[in-house]
Amino acid sequence: MAIWLTKDSKVIVQGMTGSEGSKHTRRMLAAGTNIVGGVNPRKAGQTVDFDGTELPVFAGVADAMKETGADATVIFVPPQFTKAAVIEAIDAGIGLAVVITEGVPVHDTAAFWAYNVAQGERTRIIGPNCPGIASPGASNAGIIPADITGTGRIGLVSKSGTLTYQMMYELRDIGFSTCVGIGGDPIIGTTHIDALKAFQDDPETDAIVMIGEIGGDAEERAAEYIKANVTKPVVGYIAGFTAPPGKTMGHAGAIISGSSGTAEAKQAALEAVGVKVGKTPTETARLMREIMSAS
Amino acid sequence: MDLYEYQGRELFERHGLPVLAGGVATTPEEARAIAERLGGRVVVKAQVKVGGRGKAGGVKLAEGADEAVARSTDILGMDIKGHTVHKVMITVTADIVEEYYFSYLLDRANRTFLCIASVAGGMDIEQVAAETPEKVAKVAIDANEGVDEAKAREIAALAGFPAEVADQVAAIAVQLWQAFVAEDATLVEVNPLAKTGDGTVLCLDAKVTLDGNAAFRHPDHEALVDQAAVDPLEQRAKEKDLNYVKLDGEVGIIGNGAGLVMSTLDVVAYAGERHGGVKPANFLDIGGGASAAVMANGLEIVLSDPSVRSVFVNVFGGITACDEVANGIVQALALLEQRGEKVTKPLVVRLDGNNAEAGRAILDGAANPLVERVDTMDGAAERAAELAAAGV
Repeated sequence: MAIWLTKDSKVIVQGMTGSEGSKHTRRMLAAGTNIVGGVNPRKAGQTVDFDGTELPVFAGVADAMKETGADATVIFVPPQFTKAAVIEAIDAGIGLAVVITEGVPVHDTAAFWAYNVAQGERTRIIGPNCPGIASPGASNAGIIPADITGTGRIGLVSKSGTLTYQMMYELRDIGFSTCVGIGGDPIIGTTHIDALKAFQDDPETDAIVMIGEIGGDAEERAAEYIKANVTKPVVGYIAGFTAPPGKTMGHAGAIISGSSGTAEAKQAALEAVGVKVGKTPTETARLMREIMSAS
Repeated sequence: MDLYEYQGRELFERHGLPVLAGGVATTPEEARAIAERLGGRVVVKAQVKVGGRGKAGGVKLAEGADEAVARSTDILGMDIKGHTVHKVMITVTADIVEEYYFSYLLDRANRTFLCIASVAGGMDIEQVAAETPEKVAKVAIDANEGVDEAKAREIAALAGFPAEVADQVAAIAVQLWQAFVAEDATLVEVNPLAKTGDGTVLCLDAKVTLDGNAAFRHPDHEALVDQAAVDPLEQRAKEKDLNYVKLDGEVGIIGNGAGLVMSTLDVVAYAGERHGGVKPANFLDIGGGASAAVMANGLEIVLSDPSVRSVFVNVFGGITACDEVANGIVQALALLEQRGEKVTKPLVVRLDGNNAEAGRAILDGAANPLVERVDTMDGAAERAAELAAAGV
């Protein structure tokens, strides 16, 4: 078992016929994801061939769910249309919406998040501006490369895409239950805490790697959560010790504002609750390796 | 993007908020014209995006146009905490009786917006909140419900605004929310929101941050960028769609993915501690695709920084294949030579992930004496720092 995305997940792609959407639909299919269709109102009723797999295009998420039993969607639509796409997914009541799109205005994210809360949070939203979620050997929803690592018993939650890949690669011989890229935007649907909770409850996860970066206080709050709720070992890594205040470092949310959001504060908060924090990604992987070989 | 005070004032004015009459000047002559138009006593305020300008002598009163010219002459060109003053804002004065505080901002932790309001304004609100938390009202705002008159009155009551200003404060609260949403702001802060002698409530300061991700629906926001303050290399990088931040060190950094590049800066800084204290010279994320053209543009920007003594190219091939990246590097070096910008600084390259072996073989085959391949991120950072230290 893995968290949120399993081999039984039936996945649709919003924006499947676009360039990014079609490229990654092909990759997800190759990774073994059970993709059952796509959504594009202008191409409804057509089918698209992906190397021999014919996928139907539906007018909307609700139609796609009704026809295919889909329970997860991956969203690749451009930032101008992302809010509408996510709200459509929420309205349809789909269980999981993975929002890959980068550059979504934060007022739009705040709006679809508030809408999701008002609807009772039926939909787990991951992202936006994230690489998605991969349960190696089972399913892959997003753009995380499927061939870095196999299945195993480490859970990974990260704000950063490439650091996710780096960590998967460093620990590829041990393997992962699920890797979740939650994204680097100021407002995101799924947080470190959500993932920590799910990994703590997942019988197939033994230990957790948590990757954070400058900006906000999500890591500090995650540390408090770990102290009160997580009994599985957690290893942490924080990026951005050398980032200057007031500058956005690539991710919209990666910014030190005044004295808040620094890497030092995050590291200190995690270490205060007994989380070992690696100085580099490689050292972090080594800390996790020690834990896994001791158990 | 953080706006200057005068830009915030103009934005407030455009959205119908009560602000002081005023204008912005880049020369003493312009200051004279504004002061003459306003008439009487004016305030001349340095426009810098840093606090403490009052203490630094960047805010002065002037009785009439001649004094406005004199004060502007003093303030223009002044250095305030490393920020040169290029503009002054000139406004009429206000007869302040009471100072309040009002803001809307993004609340990352609660994934919503927050209103902060207080009758103890005019000072640092974080300090007020720490010392007298009962004087600071924090009200979560639902992004889809926003602030209507009822919500505005609720905020005014919670913050304890006196009855005689409550109507005005509530009206300002609604208008400020509308401006916050209409402009895709992540912060609008009025400190102080002031009651004047005649009982009128005015926005005496305007701190505004706009969301760069929303630029596509705000073509007018581009004009708010202060070109004079933008680092020329950052500007050139932006024109080439590269995500570059200039830093103060000697090791040029190119990588893919914001998190990995931030991590690379850190790892280089640690290595630098063992090599004469060299530091990363920049942040540059070339993103998922690393074609020869993108790599060439990236190298060109990084190497245009005269402080750079070595370059660390750190790529983890996720979707990108490392053989493509390696070809990109080889072609970029040739491309730069063709452009007459032959690379003379050493490059340390670390390729891992998708097709790493093929990528490494390509670099080895090209055998460029300036390109050194190291297989691990930590090892490559060490080598790049060592080369930068040796290249002094």
